[in-house]
Amino acid sequence: MNTNRLTPARWFSGGLLLVVFVVLALLPQYNHGYTVTLLTDILRYAILTLAWMIFSGPTNYMSLATAAFYGIGFYIAAIANGPVPFAVAIIIAGLVSFVVALLVGALTLRLRGVYFCIFTFALTLLIQNVVLEVERVVTHTRGRFVEAETTEVAYYAMFIVAIFTIAMAVLIRRSRYGLALQSIGEHEEAAAHSGINVVRTKVLVFAASAMPMAMAGAIIATQRTYIDPGIAFSLQSSFLPVLMALFGGMSNLVGPIIGAAVFTYIGELLLTEFPDLYMLIFGVVLILAILFMPNGIVGLAQTVWTKIRGSRRSAAEGGRRAPA
Amino acid sequence: MHLLEGEGVTRHFGGLAAVSDVDFYVDQGEILGLIGPNGAGKTTLFNLISAALKPKPGKITFNGRDITPLPAYQICRLGIARTFQTVKIFPHVPVVRNVMVGALFGTGRRTSSAEARKKAEEALEFVDMLTLKNTVAGDLTLAQQKRLEVARALASDPKLLLLDELMAGLTKPEVTEALGDIAELRSRGITIIMIEHVMQAIMAASDRIIVLDYGKKIAEGTPAEVAANPKVIEVYLGEECDA
Repeated sequence: MNTNRLTPARWFSGGLLLVVFVVLALLPQYNHGYTVTLLTDILRYAILTLAWMIFSGPTNYMSLATAAFYGIGFYIAAIANGPVPFAVAIIIAGLVSFVVALLVGALTLRLRGVYFCIFTFALTLLIQNVVLEVERVVTHTRGRFVEAETTEVAYYAMFIVAIFTIAMAVLIRRSRYGLALQSIGEHEEAAAHSGINVVRTKVLVFAASAMPMAMAGAIIATQRTYIDPGIAFSLQSSFLPVLMALFGGMSNLVGPIIGAAVFTYIGELLLTEFPDLYMLIFGVVLILAILFMPNGIVGLAQTVWTKIRGSRRSAAEGGRRAPA
Repeated sequence: MHLLEGEGVTRHFGGLAAVSDVDFYVDQGEILGLIGPNGAGKTTLFNLISAALKPKPGKITFNGRDITPLPAYQICRLGIARTFQTVKIFPHVPVVRNVMVGALFGTGRRTSSAEARKKAEEALEFVDMLTLKNTVAGDLTLAQQKRLEVARALASDPKLLLLDELMAGLTKPEVTEALGDIAELRSRGITIIMIEHVMQAIMAASDRIIVLDYGKKIAEGTPAEVAANPKVIEVYLGEECDA
């Protein structure tokens, strides 16, 4: 396909990506403490948002189950980190979440539209309450302690999972599954009659997208030391990725990453500068963003960019056309 | 052995018998016309063949194989492709990628992306829309969207093609052109079942015609036989004569 051609724009964005990569990889060598923690947080939300968008973006099936898979990661970390190495615990979290999502997906992905959305929401509450009850009856506790990891280790783990998530998103988008998912989102019936195994495609991609969510949860859990079902399965983790994706723009994969970064940073800034007004200002910013940037930050940037280029190009073409 | 055969195919919606105990068949290379007044069950029959709905009861076989329990995507991969009365395209996807869906997923074989694109372009060439390949499908006219559906169906290498009111709303020259396309498809070895309200077109194109009324088959035969059948004249053609 001609999309693989190396145009100057592609060299530029490729180079930019490399610079960002190197800066992020070397950052903890020069910076300690707050910046690293903040970036870990940004990466976490970038992972959740991107993973959410892998499935919900093209299919238009709005999932609110992100918190369920994210929380599963917390509990796997609490159980497995220590007995097994941190990296293994993260991988187990991903696999367990994959299997749970596979089962849930097989049951629920026959539902459409708002029914699917409400079911995933209920699923999060269900898992949260099941864990709460199991802990009460079996271990007679409310929460658990998690074997801690250093800020730097957590940062690097999050960085690697972020790269894994981006790679997964790009690969799925470019593969035949990308077109299949989009077809399902645009007209599910026509997709089925054109030979797409609609149920299998949806369930597999839903399950794959649940992996990075749990991995991010397993890493964040090691920074909390104490967790309970309220912390692990907080519904924020379901809603924020949706808002961040809208905020950044869903037309490509850069949007959700930028959305997550800006959103997290603004949130952090407001929380530290105006702790009392945090929610109020945040809400206003969000409403303004949705009202005036229907295609997110990236959509806005593209509109501005095409306007600049458009005027430049039409001027150039006008000059070229004149002699003819 | 018939290419496609239905025995006692029935489907009720609540108390209404949309399709009631219909036996039908189509042979390799044949063009079968399906006519009947509005609500006669023609589209429902297509939905039953393509597994959008399941017959209850009834049995449908394709190439001797019982396909009644199979899901829609497998029906397509076996070689039964369809178009829709109300167009069902992927509106935000470029035309060529709409058609590639059929080539990538509908053939039952593993197809590379390059191969699928080539196939999609051939199918678009056939419906005279190659120049529109990069247009977003939602921007096409309704007539073009119908042809896009034909191209998408063709890209899946069908043995049997179900055309649901392909000619509705077309102008006379467009109908003539569509008839030419249908003859061309037949010469490629594709069997066709078509639903059509444009009488002149279906009489000209079909080898055989089945007439449905209130879900029941009331007549079957060559176009001339069907046109002379008093029952058919009464329920269907008669109405048009009065009007």
